[in-house]
Order: sequence, then structure tokens, then C-alpha cells
Amino acid sequence: MIFDYETLKLIWWLFVGVLLVGFAITDGFDLGIGALLPFLGKNDNERRVIINSIGATWEGNQVWFVTAGGAIFAAWPIVYATAFSGFYIALMLTLFALFFRPVGFDYRSKVADPRWRSAWDWGLFAGGFVPALIFGVAFGNLLQGVPFSFDNDVRVTYTGSFWQLLNPFGLLVGVVSLSMLLMHGSIYLQIRTDGVIAERARRATRIAGAIFIACFIIAGVWIMNWIDGYHITSMLSANVESIPLDKSVEKVAGAWMNNYHSHPLLWLAPLLGIAGAVLAIVLSGAKKPIMSFISSSVMLTGVIFTAGIAMFPFIMPSSSDPRSSLTIWDSVSTHKTLQIMFWVVLVFLPIILAYTSWVYSVLRGKITVETIHANDHNSY
Amino acid sequence: MIPSPELVDVSRLQFATTALYHFLFVPLTLGLSFLLVIMESVYVMTGKEVYKDMTRFWGKLFGINFALGVTTGLTMEFQFGTNWAYYSHYVGDVFGAPLAIEGLMAFFLESTFVGLFFFGWDKLSKEKHLMVTFLVAVGSNLSALWILIANGWMQNPVGAEFNYHSMRMEMTSFTQLLFNPVAQVKFVHTVSAGYVTASMFVLGISAWYLLIGRDKGFAMRSIAIAAGFGLASALSVIVLGDESGYTAGEVQRVKLAAIEAEWHTQKAPAAITAIGFPNEATQHTDYAIKIPYLLGLIATRSVDEQITGITELREENETRIRDGMVAYAALEKLRAGDTSDATKAAFEKSKADLGYGLLLKRYTQNVTDATEDQIRMAARDTIPKVAPMFWTFRIMVAAGFMILFIFSASFYYVAKRTIAEKRWLLRLALYSIPLPWIAAEMGWIVAEYGRQPWTISGILPTSLSTSNLDPSSVYFSLAGFVGFYTLLLVAEMYLMFKYAHLGPQSLHTGQYGNA
Repeated sequence: MIFDYETLKLIWWLFVGVLLVGFAITDGFDLGIGALLPFLGKNDNERRVIINSIGATWEGNQVWFVTAGGAIFAAWPIVYATAFSGFYIALMLTLFALFFRPVGFDYRSKVADPRWRSAWDWGLFAGGFVPALIFGVAFGNLLQGVPFSFDNDVRVTYTGSFWQLLNPFGLLVGVVSLSMLLMHGSIYLQIRTDGVIAERARRATRIAGAIFIACFIIAGVWIMNWIDGYHITSMLSANVESIPLDKSVEKVAGAWMNNYHSHPLLWLAPLLGIAGAVLAIVLSGAKKPIMSFISSSVMLTGVIFTAGIAMFPFIMPSSSDPRSSLTIWDSVSTHKTLQIMFWVVLVFLPIILAYTSWVYSVLRGKITVETIHANDHNSY
Repeated sequence: MIPSPELVDVSRLQFATTALYHFLFVPLTLGLSFLLVIMESVYVMTGKEVYKDMTRFWGKLFGINFALGVTTGLTMEFQFGTNWAYYSHYVGDVFGAPLAIEGLMAFFLESTFVGLFFFGWDKLSKEKHLMVTFLVAVGSNLSALWILIANGWMQNPVGAEFNYHSMRMEMTSFTQLLFNPVAQVKFVHTVSAGYVTASMFVLGISAWYLLIGRDKGFAMRSIAIAAGFGLASALSVIVLGDESGYTAGEVQRVKLAAIEAEWHTQKAPAAITAIGFPNEATQHTDYAIKIPYLLGLIATRSVDEQITGITELREENETRIRDGMVAYAALEKLRAGDTSDATKAAFEKSKADLGYGLLLKRYTQNVTDATEDQIRMAARDTIPKVAPMFWTFRIMVAAGFMILFIFSASFYYVAKRTIAEKRWLLRLALYSIPLPWIAAEMGWIVAEYGRQPWTISGILPTSLSTSNLDPSSVYFSLAGFVGFYTLLLVAEMYLMFKYAHLGPQSLHTGQYGNA
């Protein structure tokens, strides 16, 4: 084995981060565009333009989400088990909302009845809006810690409810996530469309961008001042296999800032989050949508790593039984499995990126009402 | 705290519902993608437009089906975590890997290229487009491979070992996981069943066009391809996917005995019960019609190997439950901190039977204090009900042979160029479209109901595998699934019928119509 266990545990934290960033950058704009669909498209033609701007590629993008789930199962099985069963209702709502997308895209324009089409439009709206919001709410709750504990059989019991997730800070982070994906989606739309839709999308970028920047800063200040972080007080060596109950943890005010204090360079992450957003708004206004898209991708990367770094090495802290908290040291698969999966990711991720880029380059170009009509029976 | 029986039951019901529902769409995706590759290859080689139209028209139906396959597949990916959290913890180190690899190696490929299949016709050369179609087919079939490696491991958990500190199964050999004989057989059987399904779908709909005298050239060519591909696949399902997979692994032996209602071990080679009425109370099959030697030949490929009967399996399992109690007692000591060599040795000696000990948890939390009655009840639990296994299997086999007959006859008349006149066969093909679906669903019931009382054969009982949830949450989600899935199915069937009815004129190439 070329890496020791501790290093692999770190690498896997990075991999999960990369998969989440991949998801946010690709499927993120699909979610954002779905949520904007009924507002940026005022009639059937405009809505078809919007849908077809992502219709051919969204399916591949969604696999980032599925793969992130699968990778968490393989590398952090106990996190997969605890988070998904704990956030049960929230996850089911997300799943139900996501159901609208595959069928919405494919079925909507196969029937001409305006009621049928309008119903699927709102389905696509829900399929974008609900997940974009709930992912943020979930992160907001992870940052506060959620109530769960393990018994002697390492069976997890989650004692919170769905409604408790909808607390003010959780909702604030939900708005952060929603606004950044709306912004990202509206920028992608500027690349793929022109005319009135691109114009409306530009306005959406400004509004969503302003909301994002404000909420992101408020959330940061909130964490610095009013949210208790968690801190490991003792644990087994990071190089051996351990379970959450092997350690002790305390809840400390301001502990989420520890990593930033000890490694000031890490401030780069939140900085990129804000700078990326500002730049994306400016470039969108200057009608440079591709540059703006790159900036908003930087923003997404910055935001996700801002939260990850604050909590590091925690993944899912337990507010009711802190030592049950899940960390990257004690919630992972065996050295062997991490090693095998490391190679799988290393081989396949570049291949995926290569063919995805090829597909995007084949399908590049503006979608207009004319292109839809020229290809009426095959467009979505 | 162990999950309540109500929670376990409703969780199982939800999994069974969503999995069987998912598999309404999977086989068509697996098979139709390859039929599209065949049709498009002919187009690229001959340049005849009709083959391009065939690819596009059947591709349209493929897309309608694919959308629901993806929708319902999402549920499957997340359901292990949401509803089977203890399972996910207990086996995630092994089971998670094939699922993640499925995403990275297969699902990405299939999903990234499927959009280009639909939207790339005017943007790609013929050859490049064919390559895209091919990659969609490869992706979807690779996807089945990894899922069945995961599923095969549930039936026959090789290459893993229990760790008492982390309280979970851990991977000891990735190659054993990969080359699990049960997974191999399952993969071949499942994808072939997918090819059969798609062939029947194309054959049946095309037969209808002939029956009403429409789009004859289009339909005849579709039938020729579907009959050939279908015949080869149906033979493969029956010959390669037979019961040979049922001799490996603990649970597989139980399944075989239950499917065949083999109440007692017979002298080798065993006779097969073609039909009869299994009677659970008397442990006897009433009015059985038996064919000598056949079961022994099919299942063991030999004349001298025995197939263990239900009674003997139950007795074997009772012994293993007693040994499992010893393992559990040692595990308790280890977990309490007594890691002396004697305790470790005692655990090592019995740990292969730990799962059998866990079967007692349903009856007594402490396992080690189980009464004789409780041990007997747990041993009885290790055998699934015989009648459902016996009948679902026979329905599957009957459907399989019916399908084989239809493809053989179609192939024969296609070769003789008289199929258009055989209206009885065309009608039979049309009304037989549901048969492969029935066979496939029955097959999954045999495989998964037959796995009970385990989620992981011999390792982890179903009764311990669920998340700790309030049953009301699961009722809520189950109601959501049933509601959404019903709505989506109605929309899907509506569009399927609409486009099948329109036929190739829906492509608007101006060459097809009701003439």
C-alpha cells in the first residue's frame, strides 16, 4: 500500500469534497435552472429553450449526486447510515422532488396540452428548488451538531425531528445554498441562450448573487459568534481502525474557527467564496458568461470547503452525545477498501471528466426558439 | 434496542415495492440499448435510412422507459442508508464499494452519453453516433454487473470477515467479491433476461403493425432483429441462468430446496417435482408429479452429488444456531474488554456462526439465554415458506418456455419469410409482451424472498438490519413512493401507448403513415 491509513483518510475527505464540488458545479446549475424555469420563461417557447439548454446533459450531471452518495457509502459507511436515516424525512422530500426531473425533461414536450406542460414545469421547479434548499439546510444542521448516539452494537439512534432541522441557522444556510445555485444556474443560462431569456437570467444573477453574498457573510459571523463547535479531546491513533465511541469530544464555543486560526492560509476558502461571487456578477454584467461561470464555480468550491474546513475533522457532530460524533478518523472503511476505492477514483474521475467535456463540446452553441422549432419533434 | 417487528415489516414492504417497481424499467433499458446498437450498426454498414429510423423510433420508446429507470434507481441508491442503516454500517465496507464503482464506471457513462444519443444525430458522424449508442449500452450493462456483484454478495458473502471491535464485516478479498460465482451467474441471467424483454417488446409492437397492415417494411426488419436476438437471449437465460447458481452459499441451498419443495434429502440424483401442491403443515407435496434424475442433473451437474432437503437443512441450521450462541457469548466478553487469548480463540472458533446466533435476537435480547423453544423457532425461521417459492419459480419457468417458443416460431417463419401471414403468431407475440416482465419480477421474488430471514446470507438477519425509525416515518415515505410511482407509471404508460400507436410516423420523416 502506498499510503498509510491516516493519509488515505485525509485523501478521502478531499475526494468527498471534490465529488460534492463536482455535483455543485454540474448538477448545481441544473437545479438552479429548474428552480428559475417558471420565472425566466414566460411562455411555452421560452420554457422549451430553457429546458433544452440543459436537456441533453443534465442526466450525466445528476450522476455526480448519485456517485457522491455511493462514495460516501463505500468510504464512510457509518456516515451514510447515520446521515441518511437521521435526515429521513428531509431526504425523502428531496428524493420525491428529484423524481420530477427525469420524467419532467423527457415527458413534458411529448404532449401539446398546455395543462400537461405547465404541470411538468412546476414539477421541474420543485425538482430544482427543494433539493437546492434542503442540501443547505442539512449542512446548516451539521454545523450546529445533530442529536444521535450509538449503542454498544454500534447501532445509531437519531432523536431529532424533521421540524427541528428548519431552525433559523439551518434555513439561513439553506438560503445560501439555494441562492448560490440559482446564481450559478442563471449564469449557465447566459452561456446557452440569448435575447430576452439571457437578459432575465442576468438580472437573476444579480439578485441571487446579492442574496448569496449577504447570507454567506451573515452565516459566517453567526458561526464565529454564536455557534458552538466541537473538539476532540482524546482518540486512538489516526493510523488504526476505530469507531466513533473510541474517542472523547467536547463542545466548545468558537471551536469551528480553530482550523482558521492555526492555518490562516485556509481563509482563502471563504475569500474565494465571496470574491468568486462578486466577480461572477461583474462578468455576467459585462456579458462574459463563460468567465462568469468559471468565477461562480470557484465560488461553489470556496463555499463547500469553507464549511468542510470549519468542521474538519468532524463530518457529523452529535449534539446529544458528543463522543458519538462522526469524524474522518473513526467513521471510515478499512484501509483495504479505502485503498481500492482510491485507485478506482483516480482512474475513473479523469476519464469521466474527459468524456463529459467532449459531450459538452459537441452540444455547445446557443439554444433559441428557432433551433427548437427546426427540430420540433426531437427537442424536449 | 432492536427494531420492532412492525418497523421491519414496513421497511421490507417499502424495499420490495420500490425494488420490484425499479425492475419494471431496468430490463428494457438493458436490452433495448443493445437492440439499438444492432439496428444502428446495420444502418452504418448498409446506409439504409430505414435502420436509422428504427434506431430513432425504438430509441424514443427507450427514452420514455429510461426516464423512469433513472427516477426509480435514485431511490435504490439512497434507500440502504435511509431505511437500512444498521445494514449499511454492518456491511458498508464491502457492499458500498461495488455501488460506488457502479456510479463511477457505469452510471456516469450511460447517463452522459444518453443525452447525446438523442441530441447528437445532426452533430456527429454516423460512426461517432454509433459509438455513443454503444457506450450507452455498455454503460447500462456494466451498471447491472456492479449491482449484481453487490447483490450476489448478499446471497453468498465471500471475501469478508467480521471485526469484533468495529462490529462490522470487512473486506478481505476484493477479487473474491468480484468473481463470486453467484454474482457471475446472476449477471448473465439478468442481462439475458433484459435482452429477452426488449426483444419481446420490439417483436410484439411490430407484430401489431403487421396485424393492422401498417409500416410493413419497418416492422418486418424490426421483427427479424428482435426474433434473432430474442431467441439467442432466451436460450441464454434458460441454459446459463438455470439453477446451477444455487449450490454455492448457505442461503442458495435453502432456496433450491424450497423452490423444489424438497422436504427431505433424496438419494442422488434427485428427482424434480414438476408440479404439485406443497403443504407446509404436513411437510409434504400433495399430488406431486416427479421426473426422475432431472433435479440432480440440473443443480449439481452430476449423478452422485446430493441435494440437501429442507428438514436436513433446518437441522443443520439448528446446530449452527447453538454454535452461534457460543460465538455471541464470546463476542460479549470481547466487547466488554476481556480480550484474553482464550476468549479470542473461542470467538474465532465459532464466529462463522455468529449470524445464526443473531437470529435469536428476535426472541431474546441476550441470545445466550435462549430456551430450546426459541432455538427451534429460530431454526424454523431459516427456511422461507415453501409454497410462494415453489409457485413463483414455476410461473417464471413457464413464462420462460412460452417466450422461447414464441421466439423460436418467429425466427423460423422469419427465415422462411412467411411471418407476415402467421397471424396467430403475430397476435400471440402482441399479447405476450408482458410475459418477460412477469418472469423477471417472479425471479426477483424467488431470489430475495428466498433469502429470508437474512439480508446477508448467514451473516446478518433482516430483523436487525433496519434503521431505528419511527414506523410512521416509513409509512409516510411508502405512501409517497406508491403515490408518485403510480402517477409516473400512468404518465409513462400513456406516452408508451401514444408513441407505440403513432409508430415511426412520429419521427416526421414523411415516409411512414397509416397507409
